[in-house]
Amino acid sequence: MHELPVTENILEISLRHAQEQQASCITDIHLVVGELSSIVDDSVQFYWDLISEGTIAQGAHLHFTRLPITLHCLNCDHHYSPQNEDFACPQCSSERVELEQGEEFYLDSIEIERETTHDEAR
Amino acid sequence: MTERIPVVENILNANDRIALDNQKRLTDAGVFCINLMASPGAGKTSLIERMLPVLSERMSIAVIDGDVASSIDADRAAAAGATAVQINTGGQCHLDATQLRHALDELELGTFDLLIVENVGNLICPASFKIGAHTSVLIASVPEGDDKPYKYPGMYHGVDALVINKTDLLPYIDFDMPYFRRGVELLNQELVSFPLSCKTGEGLDAWIRWVEERTAQAQKA
Repeated sequence: MHELPVTENILEISLRHAQEQQASCITDIHLVVGELSSIVDDSVQFYWDLISEGTIAQGAHLHFTRLPITLHCLNCDHHYSPQNEDFACPQCSSERVELEQGEEFYLDSIEIERETTHDEAR
Repeated sequence: MTERIPVVENILNANDRIALDNQKRLTDAGVFCINLMASPGAGKTSLIERMLPVLSERMSIAVIDGDVASSIDADRAAAAGATAVQINTGGQCHLDATQLRHALDELELGTFDLLIVENVGNLICPASFKIGAHTSVLIASVPEGDDKPYKYPGMYHGVDALVINKTDLLPYIDFDMPYFRRGVELLNQELVSFPLSCKTGEGLDAWIRWVEERTAQAQKA
């Protein structure tokens, strides 16, 4: 279980970027998670609700985009997503393959609101 | 009205930065660092106990042990002749870079050639958290089963060397070595592997030679 430190990082990164933008609140957070990254969405959401309380990110919706594993066959140049636990190339059965996608774990973007300034209100 | 702000920042960025600092600190001090990972019971501590008597004659070694609780492993490493530091993670399933940084503070780094970090026994989480080691080694033991590379691809993909321990048990269990190796090599063609038995000592020489060579190379660089 390491979702708590992970969630703390998500909060820290979100708040830092929101502050740079002088946001008054964060409404949505978009995360990109590769299939090989071991993270449980529900756990992150659980911790999020607890630790975001009292910050401008309180109540923000977490969106998880899951990226499937994609592999590249070094023998026949085929690009594919493995359909089961066997990662060998479905086209030529080669075992010389490299990982192209699946280890991602990043915060892609946040959606924020800004307080309407006095000037803009006029 | 909401506005979308691009961020694109690695969620474990803070940990990765500290890991880089750790690595620089180790490199500057001339210490080669191995991150030793495995499931519980694969033989991490036993392997260290086997390595220390041989390697201690040729180099100065420190061991940092990560465990959820207890100092059993650090005690065993100390008894085998190493300077040992125990980290209790208090439930956390892996070591992270900050924990290693604190443990490094307890060692006089300049006096060591090799640092072995024994990570928390776990095949999932340690793969995600860099600590700043120069090389990552996974110990698989044959009683765990030959399907583990297929079930824990994240771990098997990220390591530089693989120790296959408890080979003395091969006659007694169903472990299909070609199937196991295929799963390993599919994810990691560069991987070097060392089948051995900490019980009988068979195969240990090649592994110890590898550690010695890598340590010497790192110190020359």
